[in-house]
Amino acid sequence: MASSQPVRLRGWGRTAPTYATVVTPRSVEEVVATVSAAGPRGIIARGLGRSYGDPAQNAGGTVLDMTQLARIHSIDSDTGLVDLDAGVSLDALMRAALPHGLWVPVLPGTRQVTIGGAIAADVHGKNHHTKGSFSRHVRSLELVTADGRVQTLTPDGPDPALFWATVGGMGLTGVITRATIALHPTESAYFVVDTDRTNDLDELLELLTDGSDDRYGYSAAWFDTTTTGRQLGRAVLTRGSLATRDQLPPKLRRDPLKFDAPQLLTVPDIFPNGLANRVTLRAFSELWYRKAPKRRRGHIENITSFYQTLDVVGEWNRVYGSHGFLQYQFVVPMGEEATIRRIVEKIAHSPYTSGLNVFKRFGAAGPAPLSFPMPGWTITVDFPAAMRGLNRFCNELDELVLAAGGRLYLAKESRASAETIRAGYPRFEEWRKVRAATDPHGVFTSDMARRLELNT
Amino acid sequence: MIDAVGNPQSILVLGGTSEIGLAIVEAFASDRPLRVVLAARPSERLDAAKAKLEARGCAVEALPFDALALDTHADVIAKAFAGGDIDVAVVAFGLLGDNEQAWTQIDTAVELAQVNYTAAVSVGVALAEKFKQQGHGSLVALSSVAGERARRSNFVYGSTKAGFDAFYSGLTEALRPYGVHVAVVRPWFVKSKMTAGLTPAPMATTPEAVAAVVVDAVRKRKELVWAPAPARFIMSALRHVPRPIFRRLPI
Repeated sequence: MASSQPVRLRGWGRTAPTYATVVTPRSVEEVVATVSAAGPRGIIARGLGRSYGDPAQNAGGTVLDMTQLARIHSIDSDTGLVDLDAGVSLDALMRAALPHGLWVPVLPGTRQVTIGGAIAADVHGKNHHTKGSFSRHVRSLELVTADGRVQTLTPDGPDPALFWATVGGMGLTGVITRATIALHPTESAYFVVDTDRTNDLDELLELLTDGSDDRYGYSAAWFDTTTTGRQLGRAVLTRGSLATRDQLPPKLRRDPLKFDAPQLLTVPDIFPNGLANRVTLRAFSELWYRKAPKRRRGHIENITSFYQTLDVVGEWNRVYGSHGFLQYQFVVPMGEEATIRRIVEKIAHSPYTSGLNVFKRFGAAGPAPLSFPMPGWTITVDFPAAMRGLNRFCNELDELVLAAGGRLYLAKESRASAETIRAGYPRFEEWRKVRAATDPHGVFTSDMARRLELNT
Repeated sequence: MIDAVGNPQSILVLGGTSEIGLAIVEAFASDRPLRVVLAARPSERLDAAKAKLEARGCAVEALPFDALALDTHADVIAKAFAGGDIDVAVVAFGLLGDNEQAWTQIDTAVELAQVNYTAAVSVGVALAEKFKQQGHGSLVALSSVAGERARRSNFVYGSTKAGFDAFYSGLTEALRPYGVHVAVVRPWFVKSKMTAGLTPAPMATTPEAVAAVVVDAVRKRKELVWAPAPARFIMSALRHVPRPIFRRLPI
């Protein structure tokens, strides 16, 4: 079950590769055995490798590939509770739940993440303002801790502190092996979508604050980082809610829970570095903006076309070439619209161009000390990693974000300083104490933990 | 750890007062302060280098290191790694020596061979062991174009660098399966204290320019680089020049 040679591992951003011994457990007992046998370089769990940086790498140590621990034990159509292994992907869960008339309450931009990863990063989706982050829907989880025990944790006890330290804890409290998740009933697998194309950032902010946003279960915008002046931050806002059966056209009404989104192609690993550049990204942005309707109401779409567009394409991260790319996601509190404007302006006037940009309003924060979302505005951008001076530019963005009381998202993070992370998470010390109590010798560690000094 | 933009958090310089070695640290530190271990014989120059880097926000540790004391090398490397992972290690120590003295006096020749080759192999083995355990890191070996073809004017130095170069080129392959990157760097004539008093060759470069090449090599995981880059083609041509002509070249 263990790789005989160290295996090269990277995050989704394809930067900073390191080597580790990979063990693929097929039972909880094998997880316990591997944790107990971990060497001085420690151990970390890895799911489908969709974090952009290095949280699922452990140079010189052990990495548990959790994707073979992937059984859905039971789905209860009445209560909506699903009991499943941590290695199950959200894609597999969604497909299994739909025939029961159930919907996965929180889905991030890709369904190619595991349950364990979704809890460890406390992921959020386009519906954060209505449904919160993933942990809000976790009823219990099973955790293999450093002492080799298999503990069942729930949000309200017996050890709520460890439960909430595991949520958003990037795998550093133990290995999540199983969980119970509460799903939501749905009548269909389709969305009723409204689209608004805005002329600039101000118009977008207005649409998101005029009260209309709360009428939609799901809401997020793509915005342009290549335009300046009167077109600064022009955006395409798509908002929608799960469709009821009656809202569907007759053709879809016959099989409302049908979900059919095959992966259309896999990107070959042949792209040169520098293909995603100022010129191509500007052209892409122009096209993306122009193809969107100015105003459209009540359009019926499935989740892939509504907001997981990239799931149609396998290994899309390859278009950035071998040097990879850097994803930058931050949140600033409500009322910091001036900071948002400054940052969008700063990016638009910089040589760093980003294509796949997301703008979203977050709802209430969860109870986990390291959970990323807080009521406010979140922006996600991505830059080719090899661009000169990129780190200094991002440091300047960090300063603006921290000054506004915001923070960076660990699932995306790959270059910030330990101080920046701590400053963004005021409850870091509280988390660190719980972690240290459950794993005093630092058995659970990762490249990210070393880089951001999370365990010390 | 080396992060997504290629910035290390810690660096070890063996030959901690080497101008090129320190220029490499400064080049990395310009983007982000880091933990620095300078291994060198205690001296005022070492203290000055430490103070200068500390003023830039780096945490600097000076570690006594004598290249000729081979039996202490494993201990020195162990101490360097005791404070946490070392992301980049630079093998920067070396002697140029006076060629006429070196090929006519045994002591001088042996000292050159021991410092430039034997000691470099010794620390190379010790570093390899530590890096293998770590599963990541970059080992930067400062070789020289002088090792590519022996010239009458500095062949003793050249011979030591030829051995050095071959060892670290081989180590590149040996460490690859463990995720450890080795960069062999072949600088052209570098204007530094080592070459003070010599007439600079055409295209003579500086420690800062070499450092920029090294930073790029670490970030892009390049395994063999020349500084400046065109030196590669000049040396490639020179290697094939027939001896009767090579002998007459003013080099």
